[in-house]
Parts: sequence; structure tokens; C-alpha cells
Amino acid sequence: MGILNLFYKSDSGVQRLPNGSLTVDPKGNLVATTISSSFPPEFLLSVGAQVLHLFRESRKAQLPLSEVHLHFGSLLLTAREMRGGAVVFIKPKDSFNVGSLN
Amino acid sequence: MTQETKLSRPKILLVDDNQALLDTFGELLGQLPSQPEIFTATSGTRALLLLKAETFRLLLCDLSMPKMDGLQLLAIVRRQFPELRTVVLTALEEEHFRSRAYALGVDMFWLKPDTQQNMETFLQCVESLLGRDTEGGFRGVQSKGLMDIIQMESLSQSSTVLRITRGSLVGRIWFQDGDLIDAETDGARGEAAFRQILGWKSGTFESLPPEPNRERTILKTVNGLLLETAQAIDEISAPADEHTPEANEQADHKKTVLRLSALTREGAEFVVSIPEKGSTDAEGWGTEKTKELGEWMGEAVESCQKLAQLLKAGPFSHLEAKAMDHRLVMLSHEVKHYLVGWPANTEVPKLKEETLKLVASWES
Repeated sequence: MGILNLFYKSDSGVQRLPNGSLTVDPKGNLVATTISSSFPPEFLLSVGAQVLHLFRESRKAQLPLSEVHLHFGSLLLTAREMRGGAVVFIKPKDSFNVGSLN
Repeated sequence: MTQETKLSRPKILLVDDNQALLDTFGELLGQLPSQPEIFTATSGTRALLLLKAETFRLLLCDLSMPKMDGLQLLAIVRRQFPELRTVVLTALEEEHFRSRAYALGVDMFWLKPDTQQNMETFLQCVESLLGRDTEGGFRGVQSKGLMDIIQMESLSQSSTVLRITRGSLVGRIWFQDGDLIDAETDGARGEAAFRQILGWKSGTFESLPPEPNRERTILKTVNGLLLETAQAIDEISAPADEHTPEANEQADHKKTVLRLSALTREGAEFVVSIPEKGSTDAEGWGTEKTKELGEWMGEAVESCQKLAQLLKAGPFSHLEAKAMDHRLVMLSHEVKHYLVGWPANTEVPKLKEETLKLVASWES
């Protein structure tokens, strides 16, 4: 049976995309997350900081946004503004998953 | 100094009842890069005599003067010398003086500079005003064409009467809650008058109090009418040489018409574009906040690119967003980033496709 080992490949080298949600307060502190703990808190904080920056700059431009959908090649990030903080949903794309504003 | 240089030097008339102040400002203004010739007058009457004798580019006057005050002088100047640029330089800080001066169509209202920095800024503004004579545009909102001014009135849903003067020609355009309801020139009214006014390439304008009881003669939308008028002007313009400033102006004008046409046809509310690289200013149509939105786009693109790297999720494709009155789509096309604002009730599934369609027609 050892011959099957020739076809076996470890998946340890494949990086998974984050999937889940995270909530940050107006100061950028992480309030809650459902994203796998294999992603370090620094990573989640950086994502939160970029999202907060996006909302903050839109207010400066006098066009405050309540919701943004960022479409990347293999992932959709949806963020909703919440009293200066934000809740962020991250979902890898598949062929059945097309982002919308609904 | 050659005769030619001397002839091209702009002339400034300084009016103030304080001789010491005239001397100081005269000396400072005389050192501006455009090397203006400075004339001074200590009263409004003397200023009017000088204005009749010489052709000035700019009048700088104080408000507090005996016999004829600055506001009276400006009212006469506006009527008799509509092409003259005017600046109020005063120590009167009350807001109503500022609004009265602007209502008379002054180009700039400046409190007498009290710091070195204020003085430098003031001198830069004066230099900028001296350089604007050869450019088109309507005074009151610098560097804006009449189309922009009309769009601004419409977008801000204001009720006002725009009084537009070009030399001896005078026209009025009535707005009620942002709707264009009537226009009038000598001998024309309604759409015909509006087209006539829009044909004037430069002049001055002032906002007069609204006249809500004015009879409505124009029923078309502002954008529709602007588009029609711009097309009509375009058709009757004689073809110009490709490399002349007139030809460039005509090409820009045509581009604006085509873009306004695409905007109206597709139902979008505004478009702002910034180049992918470089620091060229944002371009915008249908919005007063081009600069602010352009700056936000720059920040947003940077944030999205950082997120793409962070998430290792492939390249950033586009952004969709909800604002209070709009749905927004930001995407890249060729070498530019575009932000398109759609009405809040636009169908979402089509938003990206509609934006791509608009942007493609924009650049074609």
C-alpha cells in the first residue's frame, strides 16, 4: 500500500483565504471575529485599519459611505460602517458567489 | 524696459483715502512678477476719472471713504466697466460688507493683511487675477464656465436669478429650487434667450434674490438644455486650425458635450476620474466636489491595493458602495480610475456593467 504515498501531497503549503467576519471599534481595536485563529490578530487589525481608513476618508470627501463592497480576484470583502467602527465580512469567491449590494 | 514690455504691463488702480496706505501697497504691488503699472486715487470721483482715461486690468478699493464710499464706487464701476476686475481691500470685518461686495460682483474681498503670510497670499491672489484676463470664464467663480455655474445652481437646488453681463449685453436666468424656469436677454426670452447667453464666452455674473412668481417658460431639464445648447453652439462654430488655442478650446468643449451626453443618456449622476499614475488633478462632471472625491479615490485605491496584498486575494477589481443619496462604483479603465455616482434606486446587479459601459463610451 506504500505505493499510494507517492501520490500523496501534503496540503500544509496551501494558504487558505480568510473566511468569516470581524468587527472593529472606531479606534481600530478588534471587538469580535469568526475568522480562523490561524490568521494572527495583527492581520485582522490591519484589515480593520484599512477599512476604517476608507470610511474615514469618505467622510472627509463629504460623501460618507454606509457600506462598501471590495471585489478582488478571488475574494469579496463587504464592510458596513457602525458608529465609527465597522463590521467586515470576508468571503472567498466561487462560481456561485457574486457580490451584490442587496 | 522695451516698449513692447511696457505696453503689455497690466494697470492697477488703487483707491483709498489714506495716502500712506496707497504708497505702501503701490510699492508692494509694483514688485509683482507681471510688473503692473500702479495708479492711485484718494477718492471715488478721482478713480472714475482715471478709469475713463486709462484701460485698467484691476481696481483695488477700500470701502470706507468720504463722499463716495467703496460700495458706491463698485456699483458704478460694475455698470460702466464690466470687464474690469475688482478687489475690495478693507479693514471692515462685518460679514454683511463682504456679502454686499460679492453681490456687486467683486472678484475678491480681502481684509487688510495683518501678517507677512497674509500679505504674501494677498499678493499671489492679485497676481493670479492679473493673469486671468486672457482666459475665458465668468467672474464671481474664478475659472468656471457659464455651463459649470448653471450646473452648480441646479445641483445645489437653489432659487436665484443669475444676472450675466458681457460688455453691453445683459441676460438673466431664473432658477427655482434648482430648476431652470426662465431666461431673458434684450429681445429674447425662454430657451432662445438661454442659448444666446450660453454663447457668451466670458463676462461677469451676479446672483440676485429669487423671484418665485416668475412665469415658467422653460420646461426642459437643465442637463438636457445645456446639452442641446452646447451641441447647437458646436455646430455653428466655424472649424478652426488644429493647433490654435481656439481649436483646443473647441476640442475641450466638444469633449464636455459628449461626456455630458453620455452621463445624461446612461442615467448616472456624476463621474470623477483620476490618472492611475502621476499627480494630475481629478476631472469631474456633474459634481461640485471633484477635488475632494478625486482625493478620496486616491486614498481608496491605495487602501484597496494594500488589502489585496494583505489578503493575498488577487488583484483589486472594483469597489461598489452605498452613500446616502448615491450608489457608487469605482473601477479602473485603461490608464484611469473612475468613480461613477448613480441614483440611489439604481438596480444593483447591473451597476458594474452600466459603469463599464459609461466609462468605455467616455473614453471612446
